[in-house]
Amino acid sequence: MTDLSIPTPLHALHLGLGGRMVPFAGYELPVNYPAGIIAEHNWTRENAGLFDVSHMGQAFLIGPGAAAALETLLPGDIQGLGARRIRYSQFTNSDGGILDDLMVTKLSDAGDRLFLIVNAACKAQDFAHIQKSLPDLDLDIATHRALLALQGPKAAAALDRHIHGVAALKFMEQRDFVWRGEILFISRSGYTGEDGFEISVPADYAHDLAETLLAEEEVKAVGLGARDSLRLEAGLCLYGHDIDTTTSPIEAGLNWSISKRRRAEGGFPGADRIRWELSDGLKRLRVGLILDGKAPAREGAEIADDTGEVVGRVTSGGFSPSLGKPIAMGYVPPRFAAPGTPLSLIVRGKPLSAKVVAFPFVPNRYHR
Amino acid sequence: MTKILFTKDHEYIVVDGDIGAVGITDYAQGQLGDVVFVELPAVGKQTKTGEQAGVVESVKAASDVFAPISGEVVEVNTALEDNPALVNEDAQGKGWFYKVKIADPAELDKLLDEAAYKALLDSQA
Repeated sequence: MTDLSIPTPLHALHLGLGGRMVPFAGYELPVNYPAGIIAEHNWTRENAGLFDVSHMGQAFLIGPGAAAALETLLPGDIQGLGARRIRYSQFTNSDGGILDDLMVTKLSDAGDRLFLIVNAACKAQDFAHIQKSLPDLDLDIATHRALLALQGPKAAAALDRHIHGVAALKFMEQRDFVWRGEILFISRSGYTGEDGFEISVPADYAHDLAETLLAEEEVKAVGLGARDSLRLEAGLCLYGHDIDTTTSPIEAGLNWSISKRRRAEGGFPGADRIRWELSDGLKRLRVGLILDGKAPAREGAEIADDTGEVVGRVTSGGFSPSLGKPIAMGYVPPRFAAPGTPLSLIVRGKPLSAKVVAFPFVPNRYHR
Repeated sequence: MTKILFTKDHEYIVVDGDIGAVGITDYAQGQLGDVVFVELPAVGKQTKTGEQAGVVESVKAASDVFAPISGEVVEVNTALEDNPALVNEDAQGKGWFYKVKIADPAELDKLLDEAAYKALLDSQA
């Protein structure tokens, strides 16, 4: 364990629960608790899992025209978002590659107050990029706040018992709630494919809030290992693996996150590439793969067609506890992207047979 | 009369005459977490001490299994194909990987006995 890893406000809680701590994006976080990844995964799909995601970056972007200004850095439609609504988007570079993916909440109708949640490993770079690119706006980085995610079909019932009214939120909607005199920013969102919430809480109150939720019979602590297997089953991208500066949002199949207006108007870095790929210039596409056998294919495994020619590479792969078989995602030319296309994944020199499937691997259950 | 010996890489071998049953230790399965797949050597393969003899895949990652001893693989634990979780449930019993016909019993002297292996684990704790 590296001494440079930063503990989160829930560090003592993780240790008390027997969390197996690992360094992750500069933080020390539990990969799993004694129950193990598969049990924690299944618990989240059936009940409610509590995740510490305090490593992620939280910030307010404030100033007149903040929504329009942020649109110059990403292809998401922020101006068209209703107040208290959330949008998933990606910071792009001038080549149309992805610098990071993020959640943007519009806090006011006027679009002069936004709340951003970005990836831990990218947050310093993201915040510097915003400050340099949008010098007229104030970026208030919320270093004093922890972030908890409560995910699963029983999350709403458990959370609403303590924070009345959260069950009325709809998917991708956010409100402020008061708990023990402190303001919590709660959104109905997450990264597991399940209904659930992300709760931004003052760091000093995070431990108490987590213990309060863990006292509910539906709630158990879940580590990074199950967070990864849950998001993989949900077909969601992990930055630095499935998406990075070389992949565009269109190659990654994130077209749904770019509105008609943004496609037509452009005005974000890499708009030319993205418009070209949306017409007929797409060279590769992220696809889901289910393996026929039991051996998993991991990140980096080559993808071959039926003649044995390498046509792509796996970007995430592992065992799906919900399906009981290995699944993977990776990039292939569009002619291999149709569901049902047979492909091989090369693991330790041996081709393992697999089939392309549509995302998500496991149906999502968002509260729309 | 059987005896169990260990490697520093957390494999074990249960020796019964000139046959040894090889697997990963209970400590190793605990470190790996849920085992979802085990790649076993082919029966008839000649394993060499310290060389890769199999792969164990947990939810998180793939890990190589190294042969604790040289010799011919005479049997593999086919029960692991349908139920790799046996490695978690009973690593040093029903979760064995393969049986080997020990080529040179003198190689056994280089392995750790139970007390030495326990001391190794204690030093890593």
